[in-house]
Amino acid sequence: MSNITPEAFVLGLSAIGSAIVMFVGFGVGLGQGLATGKAVESIARQPEAKGDIMSTMFAGLAMTETSVIFALIVALVLLFANPLVGKL
Amino acid sequence: MHDVSNIGPRVIIWFDEGPFKGLYITETVFWAIIVSVGVIIFTLVSARRLERDPKGAQGVAELIVEFTYNMVRNTMGKHCIGFAPFIGTLFLYLLFANALGLIGFRPVTSDMNMTFALSILVFFLIQVNSMRSRGVIGYFRHFCEPYPLMLPIKIIEDFTFPISLSFRLFGNILAGVIIMALVFSGLGFLSESVLHLPIPLLEAVFPLPLNAFFDIFEPILQAFVFSMLTMSFIAKAIATHEH
Repeated sequence: MSNITPEAFVLGLSAIGSAIVMFVGFGVGLGQGLATGKAVESIARQPEAKGDIMSTMFAGLAMTETSVIFALIVALVLLFANPLVGKL
Repeated sequence: MHDVSNIGPRVIIWFDEGPFKGLYITETVFWAIIVSVGVIIFTLVSARRLERDPKGAQGVAELIVEFTYNMVRNTMGKHCIGFAPFIGTLFLYLLFANALGLIGFRPVTSDMNMTFALSILVFFLIQVNSMRSRGVIGYFRHFCEPYPLMLPIKIIEDFTFPISLSFRLFGNILAGVIIMALVFSGLGFLSESVLHLPIPLLEAVFPLPLNAFFDIFEPILQAFVFSMLTMSFIAKAIATHEH
């Protein structure tokens, strides 16, 4: 444990952190699955409103996706442009 | 493009001496100019000789224009039909800028500068239109509606919209670029050191489904989402009591 350099320690913990932050995808996947299921239900009930339902669903899915995109950005910053290494 | 060690855009043109010393052009700028010139040439060619019975390029152009006007009319209402040319330009440009990975180059929108420029454009469009439709006093008053305690939340809401819009486009496209780069380098490694092929033959057919998803479906979806959110936020900004 004593022969680990501080840079290696920070980089390793950043890699673990970037893996943990992508766990946001769990919740977003659940939410998007629920939304798509509801959209399929309403298309089955009213097939003539398919175009409206689809475009509203895609806009809503894009809004839902925002949190996982932010998580992706944080993970990418931790992996490729780590700001914590410079503070050592 | 298929290089995992550096995810930023490469510098492809730079000047060491002369009047432009220190100036450099990344592939983002290069391909952005190429795509916009391509779209302009397409519009000029398709609108050069307009005929009553459209054929060829004019038919495609009429299809695009009709689709755009229908989309704007359905989303924003009839009184906002003047925004259709802007939305159509945005949609067409984003479509081709996102789909550059199909011909093996880096998509323009996988650079954060590009997406932030677009979303700042949309931000000012929304604010100016809000001010024009509400008047200056009404513009500042609507931040305090329904009651003045909402002021910070309303301001934060207005300023996070361009950030989330640009990050959404950037993150989606960059995730596609990274996944394609990982798949290509993995297949290259497999065919080179496991199967001992002289050329990376595995890179030929296997990435096709991924290409179809990340370079055809995702560009269309993201261009649609970007223009859809732009439209709905402009419509929300100029919504008055008469409509």
